[in-house]
Amino acid sequence: MSLCIVNGHLIGPVSGISASMDVLIEGDKIARIGAGLSGDEVIDAAGCVVCPGLVDLHVHFREPGFESKETIATGSRAAARGGFTSVVTMPNTAPPIDNAGMIEFILRRARETACIKIWPAACATKQRAGEEITEMGELKAVGAAAVTDDGDDIASGWVMRRVLEYADMCGLTYLAHCEDKSLIEDGAMNEGYNSTRLGLPGIPKAVEEMRIDRNIRLARLANAKIHIQHVTSAGGLAIIREAKEAGLRVTCETCPHYWTLTDEAVTTFSTNAKMNPPLREPEDVAAIKQGLADGTIDCVATDHAPHTFTEKDVEFQLAPFGVVGLETALALVITELVEPGLISLERAVELMTSAPANILGLPVGQLAEGGPADVLIFDPKAEWTVEPHEFASQGRNTPFAGRTLRGLVKTTICDGQVVYPW
Amino acid sequence: MTETAGTAWTRKDLVGLEDLTREEIELILDTAPQFVAVSARESGIKKVPLLQGRLVVNLFFEPSTRTRLSFELAAKRLSADSMSVSASTSSVVKGETLHDTLDNIEAMHSDIVVIRHGYAGAARILAERHSSHIINAGDGRHEHPTQALLDAFTMREWVRNTRQEPEAGLDGLRVAIIGDITHSRVARSNAWGLTKLGASVVLCGPRTLLPPNIDGMGVDVTSNLAEAIHDADVVYALRIQLERQSRCLFPSIREYIRLFRVDADSLKAAPPHALIMHPGPINRDIELAAEVADGPRSVILRQVTNGVAVRMAIMHVLVNRPKPNRDES
Repeated sequence: MSLCIVNGHLIGPVSGISASMDVLIEGDKIARIGAGLSGDEVIDAAGCVVCPGLVDLHVHFREPGFESKETIATGSRAAARGGFTSVVTMPNTAPPIDNAGMIEFILRRARETACIKIWPAACATKQRAGEEITEMGELKAVGAAAVTDDGDDIASGWVMRRVLEYADMCGLTYLAHCEDKSLIEDGAMNEGYNSTRLGLPGIPKAVEEMRIDRNIRLARLANAKIHIQHVTSAGGLAIIREAKEAGLRVTCETCPHYWTLTDEAVTTFSTNAKMNPPLREPEDVAAIKQGLADGTIDCVATDHAPHTFTEKDVEFQLAPFGVVGLETALALVITELVEPGLISLERAVELMTSAPANILGLPVGQLAEGGPADVLIFDPKAEWTVEPHEFASQGRNTPFAGRTLRGLVKTTICDGQVVYPW
Repeated sequence: MTETAGTAWTRKDLVGLEDLTREEIELILDTAPQFVAVSARESGIKKVPLLQGRLVVNLFFEPSTRTRLSFELAAKRLSADSMSVSASTSSVVKGETLHDTLDNIEAMHSDIVVIRHGYAGAARILAERHSSHIINAGDGRHEHPTQALLDAFTMREWVRNTRQEPEAGLDGLRVAIIGDITHSRVARSNAWGLTKLGASVVLCGPRTLLPPNIDGMGVDVTSNLAEAIHDADVVYALRIQLERQSRCLFPSIREYIRLFRVDADSLKAAPPHALIMHPGPINRDIELAAEVADGPRSVILRQVTNGVAVRMAIMHVLVNRPKPNRDES
């Protein structure tokens, strides 16, 4: 039984192919890439881009502990609907993923319920308390893809240094949520004119910048690799750019809402504009776009953070941080980065496939004969309107409801199986 | 009377002064004098039937004596049924959301819901979802529009009386607001309201209590009290929350007094005619010296008296939408 994708425009980010070509899938592998192929079953991808399934280094699937927000099953369906075939799940669950047994639990739930590939990240410290290093050697051995205390940065410089050293020794990359909480009291949005006007407590950009700076300095001291999560500020990006120019092993990601929205979105007190780090100001949005265009930003991640309707249907300051992102990310890349000519379609694919995969060394994110048949087919021109009730995610907390976007996922294939449409 | 009529009132709610036009603000101010007269009736019958049969619910999630009393009185003097609910945030702990609370009140056919809440935006999110007229009686640090309206009314009344110009407005007036600007919804609403009415505003307080980029609201900003009040027609002192000291926002009450207290000594820098105002309750001798609060330039109790009339005007305007100027006697 073989499946052949014909008539599409193939973009292979590693091979550098961007041409009309067919893809033949046999079993869970890509058998051939070339012209004039055929198979038992044929998908006509005329007018569409055929590329590797998307890879997201930053999602919250909430299982175990918060299954009313999302599960590995629903999160993976949201991923498939958004074109993703690999996601790295964050370990801030209850209980947190801080030991080998918990990694095995996630992988078992993934086998039982997920339609795409789940790459669990483990905690860097026990109970995410920022005090004692987790057993990273064993975590790596059972399948942890990375380590992070995402959501909480490790406050102690001593502990952070040792985490970076030990993780690097184990071949694990630390995913750094950079937030110096000592500078915030009860911050709910970006600090600036809009927080002043709205009377909401602010989160200054220095909160992010200071911690990016510290973490990069510690990574240099530890001679370790580090990945900076969700960069939002021009200042934070400048620090990363400088570190890269100095040859440090630093990578970073940003999320679609940071190049599409500013803190003006908070004006209506909509809790779907509340996330951490917060939406910034126009000069930051410009800097993030620039960073994506010039390569300072290595990849796009979603920070997919589902919450229930009720949890978000409250006063702004009481609402939890976070927005969903898996089902809108690709279209926001196409609509806001590719169409205005900021980046090429090829670069867009790279930012969402091979680039994130390479950061953690995941064996996905490219189209290669003999490689896994994780394939996305999308129409880069097709228009659609974001209707949260159509999401496969349990979370409907998107700031993009009602927006018309271009770039529509047609078919998502994971290990040779069509996982979307279902 | 013969001013060119503004547009009629069309809003369901009063959430903040940032949203209002000068004409809308003036409509409320022009509606209030008749209610000042009602409250001062020699007959002692301080009541009109404009909201007879209506239900006004005061929903207070924060402790308040004066504002709540003022709203209760305003409703009663308009002949509405009014009730006050002191909801603690413990209802949140019990699992009832703010929208749930409003749904329950509306199930009893409320016409106006007055809300005081500790979080910014509470009035706005209610106004957008619910059908009652929502009046914001203070939401976190965001806005306190009825306070700013009664302040503007009091300033205008003083200008008209002292200048003997019954049509005078606030154009050209200089207002200095002194204190903890960061945490003050009164400062924000006054900044919006006064600048829209043509006054100029200077905000003054310790650097630690001035929020970032507040000059974007069209006001001047300084941390020098003498500079703030040297040309002020109105010196408006804000209540300082004593507990801010423990959060490193100022070093001591003693030092605050030294640098920012409005008293006979610091007022030497102000013009002799400058009016003294305060939203209450006063920390006597901390942000405002007793001799100034009680002195001849103080209109602090007049603010309280006018507060009832202005809140009557707001309720009347929201529910009955009177034509501009028609009701002014």
